[in-house]
Amino acid sequence: MIGLYRELRRRGVLGLNARNGTYILPSNDRRHYPLVDDKLRTKRLALEAGMPVPELYGEIATEREIKRLGEMLEPHEAFVIKPACGSGGDGIVVVQGRMYGRRTQFRQASGALVSLETLQHHVSNMLNGQFSLGGHPDRAMIEYCVHFDPVFDDVCFQGVPDVRVIVYRGFPVMAMLRLPTRQSGGRANLHQGAIGAGIDVASGHTLRGVLGTEVVDQHPDTGRAIAGVAIPEWDFLMRSAARCAELTGLGYLGVDMVLDRELGPLILELNARPGLNIQIANGRGLALRLEHVEAAAPADADAERRVQWSMEAFAHDGGR
Amino acid sequence: MRNRHLIGLVVVLTLLSVGVFAYKVWALGFPLQPDSTTDTWTVEAAVSFEAGRGAVKVNLFVPSLTPGFRIVSENFISRGFGFTTQLAPGGREAEWSVREAPGRQTLYYRAQVIRDSGARGEDTTPEFPTAPILEEPYATAMRMLIDQVREQSADTGSFAANLMRRLNEASPDQNVALFREGIATPLDMAQTASQLLAGARIPTRVIRGVLLQEQQRDAEMLAYLEVYDGNEWLHFNPMTGERGLPENFLTWWRGTRPMLQLEGGRDAGVTISVRRNTVDALQVAELRAEQRGSRLVEFSPLSLPIQTQALYSLLLLIPIGALVIAFLRNVVGFKTFGTFMPVLIALAFKETQLVSGLVLFSLIVSLGLLVRFYLEHLKLLLVPRLAAVLIVVVLLMLAVSIVSNRLAIDVGLSIALFPMVIIAMTIERMSIVWEERGAAEAIQQGLGSLLVAAVAYLVMGVAYIQHLSFVFPELMFLVLAVTLLLGRYTGYRLLELRRFRALVRDGS
Repeated sequence: MIGLYRELRRRGVLGLNARNGTYILPSNDRRHYPLVDDKLRTKRLALEAGMPVPELYGEIATEREIKRLGEMLEPHEAFVIKPACGSGGDGIVVVQGRMYGRRTQFRQASGALVSLETLQHHVSNMLNGQFSLGGHPDRAMIEYCVHFDPVFDDVCFQGVPDVRVIVYRGFPVMAMLRLPTRQSGGRANLHQGAIGAGIDVASGHTLRGVLGTEVVDQHPDTGRAIAGVAIPEWDFLMRSAARCAELTGLGYLGVDMVLDRELGPLILELNARPGLNIQIANGRGLALRLEHVEAAAPADADAERRVQWSMEAFAHDGGR
Repeated sequence: MRNRHLIGLVVVLTLLSVGVFAYKVWALGFPLQPDSTTDTWTVEAAVSFEAGRGAVKVNLFVPSLTPGFRIVSENFISRGFGFTTQLAPGGREAEWSVREAPGRQTLYYRAQVIRDSGARGEDTTPEFPTAPILEEPYATAMRMLIDQVREQSADTGSFAANLMRRLNEASPDQNVALFREGIATPLDMAQTASQLLAGARIPTRVIRGVLLQEQQRDAEMLAYLEVYDGNEWLHFNPMTGERGLPENFLTWWRGTRPMLQLEGGRDAGVTISVRRNTVDALQVAELRAEQRGSRLVEFSPLSLPIQTQALYSLLLLIPIGALVIAFLRNVVGFKTFGTFMPVLIALAFKETQLVSGLVLFSLIVSLGLLVRFYLEHLKLLLVPRLAAVLIVVVLLMLAVSIVSNRLAIDVGLSIALFPMVIIAMTIERMSIVWEERGAAEAIQQGLGSLLVAAVAYLVMGVAYIQHLSFVFPELMFLVLAVTLLLGRYTGYRLLELRRFRALVRDGS
């Protein structure tokens, strides 16, 4: 056990205690949290900075407005309903279409049908804080449902894959592609059963995957190899992630982005407490990279320059 | 910077905690073990005499300075006598007096004595005595004896010891034999030794007292010799020359005056009896602190009303439980429903016992979950739904109590002590995890919570820990210090070693 402990240390694997105590607490000022915990504010922030986000269809803040949900959804065939302050992907409903001829029966990403009444109840639960951190009253947001880029057709089952980039002091340090599975119900959260595939920061090519805490090479539903997928517009994704650090003022940040078939890269949400399984997916420890940023990263560099530095410093075959 | 501040705080808290703790244990004798007992003695002096026709006055020495012991209470029992106590040369005197009291009279002095290493005798520096003026042949014998003994001694202590050894030799030489004439009791021996030591200009005094033993009806009043070596008083057994007082020696008075002086009566006698009692060590420690004027006990939970004490003996376990939780979550890495829910469950387990507590808790939560899943179909708003779950939990608890009472299973009745609001919230959160993340995750977290509660229960149930946390609440500062240190633990959690083992396995 002590040997295992030492070995993890040697490889620079970041544990939860160290993530919270050494990186999140000192570098993330608590007053900046609402910017990322409230997805509506994040969206506004990104729009003001001229960064692409999925279009907001509507927002529900009170029980009275729930009655207008059907009306609000009427012009849209596909949409996503999420709690503005949800965490870990809880409470998100992805609707990809409707049952033919019946406007109040919605087809979810998983294929299951859901009625308008059920959706309204779900939204009510959101407003009451069932999915928010600490059970605080919340708002529901309805937004554009991303149609993912065909490059992911083979390695994705339902849902929308997204790209997670960990940004430390403005430098993108590690990245991962999150692939929904049958088990995750179309959602891209690892603890719900999605696959995380490491990404070579330098090239934007996927590496191996992780399911739970185990390494996997093939997608369990499609059977295709996970490694070797080239993610389009990788430089743009990296630059967007790097800019989010300035936008929010957070020193340690997870940036979630998606690639839409027509709209290209969109910023989905930001996370002040990104998970640690990204290390297993990349086969690399985060602590080594974070320490390297502290020790060697150039000061006062702009996003462009920071991305360049990261790509050189953290190339997968670079050994760090 | 932050770390140095924290370490400083931890050190201060630890020193404060350990310091007060050590003082209470060593100086005040607070017991470290639960239910420990200690000895106290009841010492009684009974004076009896035949009173004459006129006024009667009785003077009796009573203990005043008692090194190693402390008198916690005293009684003077005398019917019809006037009574005062006063300081007298050599100690303290009780004086009884009456105008007229014909016939046989008995007066009592009774004292409760506890051991107290902090109690000391007086420490005055005596004057050098003048050498006694003796007739021949005694004067020459004394000179020779003193010269002989002085040759064999290094200091005052060994001089006194050697002298007494010489006086007690089995076959005394001529000089010693002169002084041995007429010596019958240890008191005589002490007086003779005292005289000879005065010849060497060494201050001495006779010290009288009794041995505190199991049970003595007529305890002997012993005599020891105190010798001043220029720095402190040394004690000697005049019959052997042995250094030091016996451990159980209660000093009664000093000097050669008799214990009892009677005017206006005859046939006077004093009987001293000793009885040992075994009492709660905690009570004795409190008495001792009170006698010393220590404020610590006045500001401790022991000063509270009994009912409040019972409450705090429970409440003071919560910091221990919280520390266990912090350890199991941040060092081991268990996940639980609600941060401190397991502590409250563990407190409830104290009433139900562990196994039946676990069974009852699982029963209530499972039944509650079934109802919660049913309520899900009704599409209720959040707060009324929580209220509904709470109501159902209370009804379920009542039902379990009634059924188990019917079946004559007593333990089912104690289910009423479960924190129902906490259980209702647990059910709600468990059902959400169940729906959002699947049954496996929900059951895993549920079992994790129960396991943590069981561990907290076992730790909080250790009689030793219960005793320490209540009698020494200052140890809570130590618990706080450890908790603060845990707050800066940035190493891996035990379960993370398992989680990240895939990272170690591959060669890269």
